[in-house]
Amino acid sequence: MTVDNSFSAVMARKSEIIRAAVGVDYKQFESGSIAFDYEKMMASTGYSLEDVVETQRGFAIGNTPLIELKNITALVRNLSKDGLGARIFIKDEAANPSGSFKVRRAATSIHHAKRMGYPGALSATSGNYGAAVASCCAKSGLKCIVVQECYDSRGVGQPEIIEKARKCEALGAEVVQLTVGPELFYTVLRMLEDTEYFNASLYTAFGIAGIETLGYEVAEQCRAQLGKDPDVVVCTNAGGGNLTGTARGLHKANCYPEIVAASVNLKGLHMASDTQFNKKSFTTGHTGFGMPFSTWPDRSDVPRSAARPLRYMDRYVTVNQGEVFYTTELLARLEGIERGPAGNTSLAAAISLAQELQEDQIVIVQETEYTGAGKHGSAQLSFARQNGIIVSLGDPIDEIAGESIVLPAHPSLLRAVDVDLDHMRRSLITHAATMIDHAPTQADIAFLAEETKASEAFVRETLQRN
Amino acid sequence: MRLWETCEIRLKKAYWTDGLIEVISVANKGDWVRIHSVILTSEQRSTAVPEDTKSVPLEQWTKGYLHADTPLGGEATITTRTGRVVSGTLVDETPHYCHSFGDFVPELQQAGDEAFAFLFGGSKK
Repeated sequence: MTVDNSFSAVMARKSEIIRAAVGVDYKQFESGSIAFDYEKMMASTGYSLEDVVETQRGFAIGNTPLIELKNITALVRNLSKDGLGARIFIKDEAANPSGSFKVRRAATSIHHAKRMGYPGALSATSGNYGAAVASCCAKSGLKCIVVQECYDSRGVGQPEIIEKARKCEALGAEVVQLTVGPELFYTVLRMLEDTEYFNASLYTAFGIAGIETLGYEVAEQCRAQLGKDPDVVVCTNAGGGNLTGTARGLHKANCYPEIVAASVNLKGLHMASDTQFNKKSFTTGHTGFGMPFSTWPDRSDVPRSAARPLRYMDRYVTVNQGEVFYTTELLARLEGIERGPAGNTSLAAAISLAQELQEDQIVIVQETEYTGAGKHGSAQLSFARQNGIIVSLGDPIDEIAGESIVLPAHPSLLRAVDVDLDHMRRSLITHAATMIDHAPTQADIAFLAEETKASEAFVRETLQRN
Repeated sequence: MRLWETCEIRLKKAYWTDGLIEVISVANKGDWVRIHSVILTSEQRSTAVPEDTKSVPLEQWTKGYLHADTPLGGEATITTRTGRVVSGTLVDETPHYCHSFGDFVPELQQAGDEAFAFLFGGSKK
């Protein structure tokens, strides 16, 4: 029998392909309206937090150091009013086998794929997650394919993504590279069908359950090292899994700090644009993912995303590209720790936020990532220059994504900017209401209140506005 | 600057010779190579993509072991690391990584020096 592999035919088979490749029937969580049973989906992995810790231990994942950034804290206090300037700590997730926290996300998926008898795993990612999946597959004896969006139509690749391809290949993966476009999903579906591999999606409950250990460790380490809970935890936010998993892990440890999302501001750049692809100097951790995935999580490669950051987010700030490169330099020059630029998005935000907090308060930056050729300030800023971006020292507020990158000429110029969270909440609620052809039910309203960490009154008021 | 230095991957070794796209080499059966193919033509692409993206095809590059002797630019079939058999245009033999730490960026060094001086004192230079 000939299989129709046209774009429309493959996309029409999406549900059955994903169901076979993830081994989860998402219909069991659905209510038939807006609401679905999120916690039932999260529990459907069948793995407890303890099970996940055990699995990760087998992969040598986790128990990464929580390091006090004393010099950056001193710098912050130099910039703050008397009595202000919280202590900043960083969780050195680069110490994980694949060089980032993402391997926590991969471990449960790959453990499960192996247990279920899949011959290999496939992941669609241009980020650190590829190396994470490759690392776990290597250790598990599974084959691995990573599909990247990497090149523009000139054939010019983002150096950061090319480095990630190298790392995936070093860990044994086959890397398939594509030009810009969301039809990457089409090629992924075709390959899943052909290979019958497990879809190691970033957005399944397996993935998010893996990050819960990160939040749990933060709470335990803070208590052991400082005798108290953290006041603020800052998470770099793109697809939302990092923040979701970390917050859930903190809550499982009965720890409830303020959860702050931080993204690189790429306002004005279209993520699916061929000509703008190489105008950006961050390929993750930016608002191009952070905003749409927060306000509508179910746009990923599974029907229901387990990454639902608005459920846990107390505050959302952005920093500019120049501020993150600058922060990366501060981490190297003032703390002697050289780590990748994108993972320092949350640190850039923390340097700004700590100036508002008391000296005895604790701010946790919950990740670092590895750095290397291509994935480095000098590599990425050189590449920006080659693509017509003006790089300078000045006031980062003047930076225009796609045109300029402005590193702060003085540390006092590093300023995180608040995003209107209520606006994002309303966006999610309004979008949800368009997905059904009847008025939202009481269950829907209760669900949307949970989805947005808002009150039912807020949900009702938003619905009435439209 | 020669194109290959910017991680340009179209017929990389052909570009090496004065920017001329010409066949200069033959890869042998069993060699580790890179192939290129068009996955969706402009007309076949999703209607949801921006106009600039829609106007160009969705392209793919894959690496693997070559099935038969093939000139650069010729049609090739490979077996990838996971055992998949894929066909396309041969664009590189023994592909290597060309990414680097880029050029010296004086602004980064200046920013680091000044932050160091701000915290620890001493001359900024």
